[in-house]
Amino acid sequence: MSNITSAGAHSVDHHGDHGHHHESFWTKYVFSQDHKMIAKQFLITGIIMAVFAMILSILFRLQLAWPDKEFPILEVFLGKWAEGGRINPEFFLALVTIHGTIMVFFVLTAGLSGTFANLLIPYQLGARDMASPFMNMLSYWFFFTACVVMISSFFVESGPASAGWTVYPPLSAIPKAISGSGLGMSLWLTSMVLFIISQILGGTNYISTILNMRTKGMSFWKMPLTIWALFLTAIVGLFSFPVLVAAVVLLIFDRSVGTSFYLSDLVVQGQILPYEGGSPVLFQHLFWFLGHPEVYIVLMPALGLTSEVISTNSRKPIFGYHAMVYSLIGISTLSFIVWGHHMFVTGMNPFLGGVFMITTLIIAVPSAVKVFNYLATLWRGNIRFTPAMLFAIGMVSFFISGGLTGLYVGNSALDINLHDTYFIVAHFHLVMGSASIFGMLCGVYHWYPKLFGRMMDEKLGYLHFWLTFIGAYMVFFPMHFMGIDGVPRRYYAFTEFPFMEKWISVNVFITWSAIIAGLGQVAFLWNFFGSIRFGKRATQNPWGANTLEWTTPVEHIHGNWPGEIPTVHRWPYDYSKPGHHEDFIPQTVPFSETMSSNLPHDFEGDQEAERIQREWELANKPQTEKETE
Amino acid sequence: MIAMAQYTQDKEQLTQQKAKRFNLWLGMIGMFMVFAALSSGFIVYTQGGIDKGIKTILPDAFIYSTALIVVSSITMYLAQKAAKEMAFGRQKGLLAVTIALGIGFFMMQVHAWGILADRGVVFVNSNASQSFIYIFTGMHLAHIVAGIVVLVRALIGRIRNIPQVSNVFRMGLASLFWHFLGILWIYIYVFLLLNQN
Repeated sequence: MSNITSAGAHSVDHHGDHGHHHESFWTKYVFSQDHKMIAKQFLITGIIMAVFAMILSILFRLQLAWPDKEFPILEVFLGKWAEGGRINPEFFLALVTIHGTIMVFFVLTAGLSGTFANLLIPYQLGARDMASPFMNMLSYWFFFTACVVMISSFFVESGPASAGWTVYPPLSAIPKAISGSGLGMSLWLTSMVLFIISQILGGTNYISTILNMRTKGMSFWKMPLTIWALFLTAIVGLFSFPVLVAAVVLLIFDRSVGTSFYLSDLVVQGQILPYEGGSPVLFQHLFWFLGHPEVYIVLMPALGLTSEVISTNSRKPIFGYHAMVYSLIGISTLSFIVWGHHMFVTGMNPFLGGVFMITTLIIAVPSAVKVFNYLATLWRGNIRFTPAMLFAIGMVSFFISGGLTGLYVGNSALDINLHDTYFIVAHFHLVMGSASIFGMLCGVYHWYPKLFGRMMDEKLGYLHFWLTFIGAYMVFFPMHFMGIDGVPRRYYAFTEFPFMEKWISVNVFITWSAIIAGLGQVAFLWNFFGSIRFGKRATQNPWGANTLEWTTPVEHIHGNWPGEIPTVHRWPYDYSKPGHHEDFIPQTVPFSETMSSNLPHDFEGDQEAERIQREWELANKPQTEKETE
Repeated sequence: MIAMAQYTQDKEQLTQQKAKRFNLWLGMIGMFMVFAALSSGFIVYTQGGIDKGIKTILPDAFIYSTALIVVSSITMYLAQKAAKEMAFGRQKGLLAVTIALGIGFFMMQVHAWGILADRGVVFVNSNASQSFIYIFTGMHLAHIVAGIVVLVRALIGRIRNIPQVSNVFRMGLASLFWHFLGILWIYIYVFLLLNQN
């Protein structure tokens, strides 16, 4: 019995001193278990990885624009990978592979979900922290280790993995096939296993926190759309990432033990390899069962963040809140039954291809619902063009322009032509790459005051937006035409084919655009890191937003709220409600304090509340009419 | 006022424990998905030709290991019951038995691998359906190792006399995970049995 009382006493001690923890440098900044610090760790690591992957893309763009030109400076930095000042073919493949891997997984999955799920789930739901802060810390450190392992592959003799970010066997499985399938590939696989562990640890925490730790009054239908998006993203991740583990484990054994899960009948450099009976298409099935949901893991948080930002900065309730949620649920569900559209040209039965085509095209429905809702929210809004708002609108733009081409590539007949061309590169860089990174940047600009207690510089934000927005279109839009003409992706020496030579001028244009857009990111980095110390101090609720995170003090404290956790009384989108003296009503304000703006449907059928409201109106309405007279 | 504050704080802690337990459920979904993926991989591969398939009768050692893990689930259940009843001696003993049975299960699986290998059903195999037997059992054993670590942690907690709330909480998590591993094995075994010809 004494044990029980001591445990109770312990819990009071522990929770009684929120904000007064004696933390060392290590527990506060490094092995922190606080969700706010972990969010910052994810964000800064994500930004560093993004810059790294962006530099890789500029390197391979140089090769594509000036295939015959020498850049001696490259040899200084890259040594044997750029002998004579020209990127060598194997390194080109490594650049493409690692650019894709880092951007998809390390930046837009971990950097995006990791940052905003950690920051916003406890904040917007009214929780002191995540369900398991320890697991949350582990999640970050697994991610960090995965980053280190991935980058370390640049420092091994045989170079990083080069088989494309999808690492299809047999190329990825036979170390002899290309130098990138040696140690670099092993490091890639190790890194991905660590990464997946990180995602599962993080994701289970997000789901569990959302389901179990909402504050009083925070029913599902009062949750902000950010939370809905992060919730569904985590669920999709939980079901799909383990499948990649299975695929990767089999690949590891094929590579290093000599099993034949994916390999069969191979002759490499005149030598017959002992593998027999395996099926490389099996890997593609397993890979894309993760790979396609992964696209939505990347995109959905961006959809959630922008919903919030667009509503707040249009000073209007989000249009079709329920439809937004249902379309997210629709996208999440459909994401699991479309993976075959990546495999139309693998010799798939055309009937099965037809099934995958139909499920794929159905995704246009929830996607269109979201687009129309965004536009309807903006329509006649009292728009504030903050940098975050611009990035949110940019996201909508990319989501439309990239989404439209999805109708073409999702079609099993058209895909025969378009498969593995620059059309695909254009499509996914707009709809998934640019849209998601704009969602992420929108989130950074909007929640920066909450992350660091300071404001980012607006002018630099505008500069950053316009350079990036125009740059992204100038980079990716021309690629559609290259793809239609049949220029294949991942080709190093495409000028060997006379029909593609004419595209060099376009490639030069794209590369210059990429360099300018890349330089635009310096404005962001300067702004981001500079404002941590020198930004204007933020007020508690700088955007006039309704959600709970803006009721916490600007200075971060352990446990988020100094006193009791606030109770939620209304949905998060009461902006510009007629009859109220301000253009926003935070979720914590009870209806009893906003009698002048309450509407019958606010009470969700509570007759007692409706009666009180009617009585108040009878007593007050004539008076207000008199005043106006 | 203080009582009220303590009440809310206890409630917050209770919510967090519930959430942590829920984390384990989600983790188990994730683990199950790995095996679901392997199962579908197995089916897709095996249907690739008539020369594919397990094509051997699974060794009896798997029956014995199944018995071991079922018994260990029972002892785990009893250990958890003992923990709730604060019969700490009994709890320690039963936990130790569970751990021993878990190690026995591990050894029996490895023994089964030996029997298969003697028959020529080896891991590096041009009929990868047979390699899949090793993948399924091996991946499961990796989880068993994790399960044993969790059990040992619960035992250490008991020996160090941690507070009863924590003790019951740890035992709850450990037994949930251990039962899951038993059920997972039965799923794998039945799946392999159904496909053994």
